[in-house]
Amino acid sequence: MAAPAALAAPRPGLAARTADALWRRPGLTLFLMLTPPMLWLGIVYLGSLFALLLQSFFSIDEFSGLIVRELTLKTYGELLRPANFDIIIRTVTMAAAVTVAAAILAFPIAYFAARYARGRWKALFYLGVMLPLWSSYLVKVYAWKLILAKEGILTYILDGLGLMPVLELLLSVPVIGGTSLSVSYIGTFLVFLYVWLPFMILPMQAALERVPASLIEASGDLGATPGQALATVILPLALPGVVAGSIFTFSLTLGDYIIPQIVGSSRLFIGQAVYAHQGTAGNIPLAAAFTVVPIVIMGVYLWMAKRQGAFDAL
Amino acid sequence: MTTAVLFRQVSRHFGPVRAVDAVDLDIAEGEFFGMLGPSGSGKTTCLRLIAGFEQPSAGHIEIFGETAEGVPPYRRNVNTVFQDYALFPHLNVLDNVAYGLMVRKVPRAERHARAEEALAMVKLAGYGARRPAALSGGQRQRVALARALVNRPRVLLLDEPLGALDLKLREQMQEELKALQQSLGITFVFVTHDQGEALSMADRVAVFNEGRIVQVGTPQQIYDRPRTRFVADFVGSSNVLPPALTRALGGPEAWASLRPEALRLTAPGAGRVSGTVAGLRYLGAATRIGVAVEGATLAALLPAGRPAPTPGEAVGLDWDPAALHPMEAG
Amino acid sequence: MRSDGRRAPLGLTLAAAGGLAFLHLPILLIFLYAFTTEDKSYQFPPPGLTLKWFAVAWGRPDVWAALGLSLKVAAVSTAIALVLGTLCAAAVSRSRFFGRETVSLLVILPIALPGIITGIALRSAFSIAEIPFSTWTIILGHATFCVVVVYNNAVARFRRLSGSLIEASMDLGADGFQTFRHVVLPNIGSALLAGGMLAFALSFDEVIVTTFTAGQQQTLPIWMLEELVRPRQRPVTNVVAVAVVLVTFLPILAAYYLTRDGEHVAGQGK
Repeated sequence: MAAPAALAAPRPGLAARTADALWRRPGLTLFLMLTPPMLWLGIVYLGSLFALLLQSFFSIDEFSGLIVRELTLKTYGELLRPANFDIIIRTVTMAAAVTVAAAILAFPIAYFAARYARGRWKALFYLGVMLPLWSSYLVKVYAWKLILAKEGILTYILDGLGLMPVLELLLSVPVIGGTSLSVSYIGTFLVFLYVWLPFMILPMQAALERVPASLIEASGDLGATPGQALATVILPLALPGVVAGSIFTFSLTLGDYIIPQIVGSSRLFIGQAVYAHQGTAGNIPLAAAFTVVPIVIMGVYLWMAKRQGAFDAL
Repeated sequence: MTTAVLFRQVSRHFGPVRAVDAVDLDIAEGEFFGMLGPSGSGKTTCLRLIAGFEQPSAGHIEIFGETAEGVPPYRRNVNTVFQDYALFPHLNVLDNVAYGLMVRKVPRAERHARAEEALAMVKLAGYGARRPAALSGGQRQRVALARALVNRPRVLLLDEPLGALDLKLREQMQEELKALQQSLGITFVFVTHDQGEALSMADRVAVFNEGRIVQVGTPQQIYDRPRTRFVADFVGSSNVLPPALTRALGGPEAWASLRPEALRLTAPGAGRVSGTVAGLRYLGAATRIGVAVEGATLAALLPAGRPAPTPGEAVGLDWDPAALHPMEAG
Repeated sequence: MRSDGRRAPLGLTLAAAGGLAFLHLPILLIFLYAFTTEDKSYQFPPPGLTLKWFAVAWGRPDVWAALGLSLKVAAVSTAIALVLGTLCAAAVSRSRFFGRETVSLLVILPIALPGIITGIALRSAFSIAEIPFSTWTIILGHATFCVVVVYNNAVARFRRLSGSLIEASMDLGADGFQTFRHVVLPNIGSALLAGGMLAFALSFDEVIVTTFTAGQQQTLPIWMLEELVRPRQRPVTNVVAVAVVLVTFLPILAAYYLTRDGEHVAGQGK
């Protein structure tokens, strides 16, 4: 048999010729691959975002209610009015409270899953966190509407245990209390905590998995009590995971407008304010300025988190 | 004799790094050619230039007389056995071997028959249905070899072919590869950092250092007549003598290489030079003896079974004058 | 981490079990409510159990219409996200180019920022560009945040796909397209499927962005949201909630098993 040619001629056909052309120009190939997603995200998403930010520098004419298309910081000044500033403070306080509570609740689950669960149990734990995380947001909120309702299961259980006076005492606390759980900040807090908790568990577990058991045993060898090992070894090493998880709990709480609308008092959160201003009030500039608040807070937060090395735990 | 692979002043730069720097190379058809050098010396980049994974920054490459620049790897009748074997995890062994035929649209029955043949050639007949993950390292390598050879390449490239195997298997595969190459008559080009492997398998060896070829020659030439201090040092371990010492030992005033096994121990004063034993290292088949001579230490190999001197003992050293091989300064 | 044979402290076990119970009991409660005979309040315990609400919900055209729209939006958004996310992941993993980090950031941004921002930004952009609300405005929003789910799954798999496999394919005579079809796709396929499933679940369930981009149209979550704000037909809502839980659980479970098997297969190659 005659030896075949050392270099084959290009195969016929458009596909083969295109493949050759793309092989010769890797830069072009990369460009072609990136163009569709970058066009989409760049134009649809970033374009909209910039248009929105631009509008926050417009203002609204108080008499006609029309948008004045001149750059001004007037709308931002409006943000600092006591009524609006209260909304910001309220939302950030809620986000912080939810984050701290989520970290506390998440820790035993994450720690158990990372350190003690094996094989099947590990898969079960993982699914046990993943399913609530991915399952319907509205259904989860709805479930809490059922739970917190006056005639609902929580009242039934507390009543059965004779703990109703405790609940009433709690609800009589000014600010966080109210006539019932479903119209109080406590209720809002519980739902936020429930809905965002899985977002804290997963990164925390990822961070804890990286703490070698030998490290904990070493601290035991050196005479640390389990409590000391927890405080001096495990918690500091879990911190990047907590920070990563808090990015979610914080950001999601800041931007949510549905939970406080369904469970909570009538006092607004940032999300509700944005929704109200862009909707019936038609004050797009103020709504836009409000959205800048979570963007700035999250920007600062992400920057600090990055310095903590939290992104490795994502 | 036909030239299979030809490099003329080929360079490959990655930013400021000159991975390959003005290399000239002629590999003859049917040759078993070794490229030897430390890691980062440019040998693997040269292999990738032949395969077509890299394109030269400058210079000219021919494969069987045809210009290779700008020809994609899939249109070169050159196949590669990868260092990590790169077997497709989603295909079984038979489909791995038949892959090259499949993309060339060879009918199913024919490609399976040829793949079986190739598997038989590497002594893996009957392994076709297995997944690569179910094979041992040595078996995976044979699959990789069969997968490349089934395409009947004009040149077969092997990147550190035995690097991942244990010592026993490596020696066995050296012999098998050599036998396979001789029976097929295909040009084999392999890369290695193991000088023993290069010397035992290759017809000719190119020694690489810092992106350049320092010396090309048969294993004997490379070993006995190293061109530079680098070659003498990298291939085997030689006594590299500075010019003054060479002169003192009766050679010209130049750097020189003197292989330890060329040195014979004699009674003090009976050899060409006298010294004292500085140290001994037992190697099994031989003992390596350090002898302090003229302010330097020369290593000599004493075959097993001979009476060994003790440290501090005065001895003489003798050698065939031809063994004192002067080198270029490089 | 090796601590096999070590027992967890009882307190920790209880706390972990309690945490998991806290995550799951509320969802289970909904299943109970779907069978209650009470239709005017959220009374617990239910005064009686019945199956009739399933039949009532089955006969509701508005629920079917909302479900149909949600499925359509989720399917189209997932398809778009699959193409865009895979392209992005392939580009980012195949070469180190200037601006690589920026590309990753841009993909992640739509879910890193609160959904309301994406929503209002899109809405004001639609009004500036005078685009009327339609199924496509919903899809535009959904596809934007679904890209990241596909991207994350695909990038993780691409990272494990050894570069020498692609070179081996080209070495054996396959051009770029053939290599994609015969080597890349089979190796990232299950990751893409998993990413697609999650994107589908995400889109099917999305409400925050959708309220801004839907106009008068009703996806299933929007239908539910209205019921939540102004409860009118509690029993039907209960049944719909159960259906939504079941519909989203399946793709999530499937995605989990797909990626788990993928890791298993890829792990064998090492």
